[in-house]
Amino acid sequence: MKKLKITPGEAVGIVAAQSLGEPGTQMTMRTFHYAGVAEHVPTGLPRIIEIVDKKSVPKKPLVVLRLKPEYNNRETAEKVAQKIEYVTLEEIAHVGLNLAKRKIVVRIRDDAKQFFAHLDIPEQLKKLAEQKEKTKRSKKSKKKTGIVENVIFDEEKGFIIYYAEDVPYKTIYKEYEKLKSHKISGIKGISMAVVTEEDGEFVIKAKGDNLKDVAKKVKEVDITRSYTNNIMVIWELFGIEAARNAILKELKETYDLQGLDVDTRHFGLLADAMTYHGKVMGVGRTGLAGNKPSVLAKAAYEETIRHLATAAAKGEYDNLTGVTENIIAGKILNLGTGKVILKYVPPKKSKE
Amino acid sequence: MSSHYFPTEEEIKKIEFLIPSKELILQLSKAKITVPDTYDDQGYPIENGLMDLRLGVVDPGLKCKTCGGNHKTCPGHFGHIELVKPVIHPHFAKHINYVLVNTCEHCHRELGVKELKEKPTAKSRPEKCPHCGKTLGKIKWEKPYKFFLDGDELTPEQIREWLKEVPENDVKALGYNPLKVKLEDFLITYLLVPPVRIRPSITLESGEKSEDDLTHKLVEIIRVNTRLANNMDAGAPQLIIEDLWGLLQYHVATYFDNELPNVPAARHRSGRPLKTLAQRLKGKEGRFRYNLSGKRVNFSARTVISPDPTIDFNEVGVPQRIAEEQTVPFPVTEFNLELARELVSRTEYPRAIYAIKPNGLRLKVTEKSRERILEQLGVGWILERQLMDGDIVLFNRQPSLHRISMMGHYVRVLPGKTFRINPIVTPPYNADFDGDEMNMHVLQTEESRVEAMEIIDAKKHVLSARHGRAIIKHSEDAVTGVYFLSREDAKLTKDEALRVLANAGIYELPKPDKDGLYSGRSLLELLIPEKFSVEAHTKIGDKLKIKKGKIVSGVIDGKSLDEVIRLMFVKHGEEITQKFIDGSFRMGIEYLTLRGITVSYRNYTVEEKIRKEIKKVLDEMDKEIANYILQYKNKTLPRAPGMTLKQTLEAKIIEATTKARNKIGEILERAFGEENSSIVMAKIGSRGSLLNVIQMSGAVGQQVIRNKRPWRGYYKRVLPFFERGKLTARERGFVYHSFTEGLEVDEFYFHAMAGRESIVNTAIRTSRSGYMQRRLINALQDYVVDYDYSVRDASNKLVQFTYGGDAKDPTFASYKEEKEFDDSRKDDIDTV
Repeated sequence: MKKLKITPGEAVGIVAAQSLGEPGTQMTMRTFHYAGVAEHVPTGLPRIIEIVDKKSVPKKPLVVLRLKPEYNNRETAEKVAQKIEYVTLEEIAHVGLNLAKRKIVVRIRDDAKQFFAHLDIPEQLKKLAEQKEKTKRSKKSKKKTGIVENVIFDEEKGFIIYYAEDVPYKTIYKEYEKLKSHKISGIKGISMAVVTEEDGEFVIKAKGDNLKDVAKKVKEVDITRSYTNNIMVIWELFGIEAARNAILKELKETYDLQGLDVDTRHFGLLADAMTYHGKVMGVGRTGLAGNKPSVLAKAAYEETIRHLATAAAKGEYDNLTGVTENIIAGKILNLGTGKVILKYVPPKKSKE
Repeated sequence: MSSHYFPTEEEIKKIEFLIPSKELILQLSKAKITVPDTYDDQGYPIENGLMDLRLGVVDPGLKCKTCGGNHKTCPGHFGHIELVKPVIHPHFAKHINYVLVNTCEHCHRELGVKELKEKPTAKSRPEKCPHCGKTLGKIKWEKPYKFFLDGDELTPEQIREWLKEVPENDVKALGYNPLKVKLEDFLITYLLVPPVRIRPSITLESGEKSEDDLTHKLVEIIRVNTRLANNMDAGAPQLIIEDLWGLLQYHVATYFDNELPNVPAARHRSGRPLKTLAQRLKGKEGRFRYNLSGKRVNFSARTVISPDPTIDFNEVGVPQRIAEEQTVPFPVTEFNLELARELVSRTEYPRAIYAIKPNGLRLKVTEKSRERILEQLGVGWILERQLMDGDIVLFNRQPSLHRISMMGHYVRVLPGKTFRINPIVTPPYNADFDGDEMNMHVLQTEESRVEAMEIIDAKKHVLSARHGRAIIKHSEDAVTGVYFLSREDAKLTKDEALRVLANAGIYELPKPDKDGLYSGRSLLELLIPEKFSVEAHTKIGDKLKIKKGKIVSGVIDGKSLDEVIRLMFVKHGEEITQKFIDGSFRMGIEYLTLRGITVSYRNYTVEEKIRKEIKKVLDEMDKEIANYILQYKNKTLPRAPGMTLKQTLEAKIIEATTKARNKIGEILERAFGEENSSIVMAKIGSRGSLLNVIQMSGAVGQQVIRNKRPWRGYYKRVLPFFERGKLTARERGFVYHSFTEGLEVDEFYFHAMAGRESIVNTAIRTSRSGYMQRRLINALQDYVVDYDYSVRDASNKLVQFTYGGDAKDPTFASYKEEKEFDDSRKDDIDTV
């Protein structure tokens, strides 16, 4: 059985890096539909680079929400899915700007009531209109407080805001932009929620990575079993061990999807390397490679002069323990057969 | 013994970095340089000049005044320049800023700011000094080397005084080591002059001497320094002194780094920017990456590779000319004295080229010297003989993406001018024979040869550490050959069997079957060890059963071959596996030659009936798509969850085209039958796939660009002769014809679009993945498995408690429950 064990001294780091890097050239740019969510989750090389760079926001973030057992039915799931979807004013209504007439026109879209049946649209708009009305300029006081001249509200159509004469166009434009992205319902960053059934469980999949707000605001969701492909969010929410598992899972899924066979141990080592400092570290010069103890290794990688200058200013040592340093110094590496410390004293020749 | 072959025991233990202090510089310096010139009219170094003989000699015929050595033995010595006023070292300006901001200008104590920032801003200073209570001013750093306190410029002299006054404990608090670094050394008063060795002059053809960039820079520094000194002595106005001081600062700054931001680069007369110290170290062509991390080697050879299935896969055919050029050290002992004499006395190919005396003197073996060497030759001499059969060498093909891009091969000296390798071993190198070149390295020490034989011999790398599957194995025709040979219907006559076996180097026939014929299986069984049993999955679907070395049922195809090799390697070791791979490869090829396999145009044309069937499938697909488009236009198409209506339509259409393609596949499979060469090859996994057959005989199918049907081009249409706004298959890149029929113009154009995209993608991908791999390796290279199976980094920190959780080698990871081991392997297990 020993034979199947790894040999002490094996440079597993290099083997892992090569095993993960070598198939990179074979990766196709194919994308796959990800269980009903129309958006293509980035796969292949771009996704791998994203993971190892610990990019704070993946290009295509994704959340997978599972419900607490008592809420596990399609009806609740659909409801939750609707509830979390981030809806802005622009999605339910057409927002038009007329600078010449100093007005913003908000008109409810024809199909809004069909698509957003769960929302009480007139009520929502009424609230918004009232809110705007509060900034109305009072005619009595001479102080020019407030910017709104008038707000006209209509249950069926929407509302129109008129701005005062002396309000600069810039302000009106800003108001317009603000109004467009005004939140009607949902959780920021989450969209396109879809309910799927997996092994009798109803699972909500959606675009976005705002798991933190979901945990805070949606009581039906069992956050401990929910997931997002944003590793930094996982780290923040569940801790470093979870982040490690997430890195492992994401790497494995990406390679598997490409039909590339790579042993789990290699993913595991990379995941551990990225997390064993207690924080998630990327592999670049700001992460693992830039935080090595060796001055020479850092200097040989990137930003040569800066590393040398700092080392000199601080009076640092290089103890020549890693690979790069020993190649530079022309020494035998502390790897493989070089790790073995062995001295052979030849038997003394008997004098003939 | 000659130090050439054996490493010395002296080696670097650690490297310390610091800023040279005045004392260190004066201690190192062998000459004070005051003259801003190099050679006099006679070409002799000027005393106290930049080529002073005390700095070492580079020209032959002169003697170093410091060590007395000549141009070969003198290592070079430092000199120094004494600057009359201090200047700021450009690379330490950042640190000066850091210290200035974090100390008080009155009492020079550290300000006790809670979090010391790497790059502090003037805002980070508190209003009052916590120690002396005085109000603090604003520090401004004007990059690269000007500092202001409340708007007044701080001269380097003032800065030096300030830094000098910071108490030791406060220096520590700032993060510097007061025992090793004096803060005032961030400024330069004594400047080290490097030895002549590292800045040699070049004598041009015209006899004119051209100086190194560094020398040019040093000349300028001395010149300005002298002028500054003279002006100060003469009591020149402050303005002139400040001007010259600034100039001195500029020259010193560019001497260190000529690419400082906001500093005009110092230029050569021709206008080329000078290459000063920082430029020598930096970047891909700098000292670090070019000379220190990458080293050049001797004893290497490179040439084109070509295939040779008759040599073993862990051998390499070396051209005679290379073998004659390369040498291997051959220590003369009492046991090989006769052979040594023979090597020296020979005048033709395997002969000794050099003979090295026990005292290290190297003699070339020539017509003249041969006799004399033979007279003296004895134990303790080392010969350098030519490369011979049986030597082990390293063989490599770039890009070296993984460790099996470099493996050990045994030498076979062959006629010709190319390296010969067995095609079996091409996958790990990712080599082909369309002009690829490979490198060979001849090993020079006994240790390296043993490591090559025991660790990186190609036959030990049949399984890949990436996934534990066979990477050195048959491909293409050899798989087809072995497959036919392993089929139950493979019957060979005595002649044929002998031929097949002889190719594999076997000269004994197995027992014939009752009908006097030899089954293909019985031939293959000769290569399978008696104790070997396996149940492997085949790609075709059934199972391959081998019991005690006999093939009971099933066939050996691409998939089951892999499993057989894997298990054989684990159970019986590399020797037997190598024989199996090499032998079955040659048998397969030979049998295929006898049997024959061919494809022709006729294999891919289909009869009219089938043609009509395919047409029907395509028509149905068109109808389906038309229906979807109609629904889309009426807005009656049910929107798929999470998609827009348009996306839903596209998804439906893609689905329809895929369905049509699968149907065509079924039709063709039925039409061509099991024995069609292409179908057989696709099914056993030796070459091609069903998709290739579909595209050649059925229809090429949907072309995809950026994961969508082609959509860009003209207004509302992709190509100018389409009707505007049409979304049907034809208008969006569906190719109805097969390759044998030929494509229509528009179809051809779409196909070219998709083809171009894939070429562009490949080009982009290689550079991107190359950079990613460089970063991965840089991040992970120091992780090693320790004797307790834990993984540790360079500073011995734990990365994993147990490698992979179970300390298993990924090469063998798929074998969990294996209990049986061949007896020959027992040694390995017991002795660990």
